[in-house]
Amino acid sequence: MIKPGLLLLLAGLLGGCVSDRVVLLPSPDGAETALAVRNQAGERVLDRPYAATNTQALAASFDFHASPDYIEKRYAAVLQALPRGPVSHVLYFEPGSDRLTPLSLAELPALRQQAASWQASEITVIGHTDRVGSLAANDALSAKRAEAVRELLIGEGIPAEKLEVAGRGEREPLVPTADEVDEPRNRRVEINVR
Amino acid sequence: MIKSHRVTAFMLAGMAFCYPAWAAEVAGMVKTSSGQAVIERNGEKLAATVGTRVLVADKLRTGGDGTVGVTLRDNTRLSAGPNSLIVIDKFAFNSSTHDGNMSVGVRKGTLSVATGKIAKRTPESVDFHTPTSVLGVRGTEFIVEVENGRDD
Repeated sequence: MIKPGLLLLLAGLLGGCVSDRVVLLPSPDGAETALAVRNQAGERVLDRPYAATNTQALAASFDFHASPDYIEKRYAAVLQALPRGPVSHVLYFEPGSDRLTPLSLAELPALRQQAASWQASEITVIGHTDRVGSLAANDALSAKRAEAVRELLIGEGIPAEKLEVAGRGEREPLVPTADEVDEPRNRRVEINVR
Repeated sequence: MIKSHRVTAFMLAGMAFCYPAWAAEVAGMVKTSSGQAVIERNGEKLAATVGTRVLVADKLRTGGDGTVGVTLRDNTRLSAGPNSLIVIDKFAFNSSTHDGNMSVGVRKGTLSVATGKIAKRTPESVDFHTPTSVLGVRGTEFIVEVENGRDD
């Protein structure tokens, strides 16, 4: 027989202990997702959307499946505060040059509008090349392409302090090819608005 | 002698112009903010208004009615719910190679996360931790809640 007073004391002690709860959410594109949670008791893997685990000092972790409704309600405030995901635009180049194709040039005004209408928008201009030429030459060309687009965007009225440039060279082809293949779709600049 | 110093100064000024993000250890920017939300930096409290830069080692603190959302330079998105304390312990990102690392702590309250480019390239260099657990990121979006956490 445990006295009620003792029970209260125990509840109070446990109540004062740090506990944490981790809930895996679905990925926006529906792709597979997982999360490993490590603590004193070992490692557990959450591998389905809404899989959750609760870790409490002095007690074993327990896993549960949370209902989407419950999560949306309990975490409404924090979920609503999550910034929106970045939006990406891709512009294409004439072969071996930093001149945009006419189609891509025509996309610039729309981009300017987005940059102006998003609150605290930041824009990363990322240059890419195809696999013709050396790695180092492509790093330089991709940086040059990004720089050219940065100048264009400034010319469109986008404030320079919003813009950051990066050259990814041939590391991230849109269309995978063998080395030294001329591939127009890989000669591009990605503009990431966040 | 003076001349060479000048050249050095010019070179340094030029580097600072080209790589502003490196010099200030900028991790990201506040994109959403409501109620009481502050950034604690070197013992000072700054209002976490939309557009404020977030630096490595900053603490994000919210009151009972507060929330704050931050997008990091690798496109990782974070938000803190009410009564929360979140610490950006580490953040480094190279936008050319996508190499980098980050470590974010939840001392109390709630954090929601949508992971970015570092987690995509090297998930092992990304961690989120609470006073009792460490999360290894293989997923993209999740929530962490710490009850009865620390206030500092």
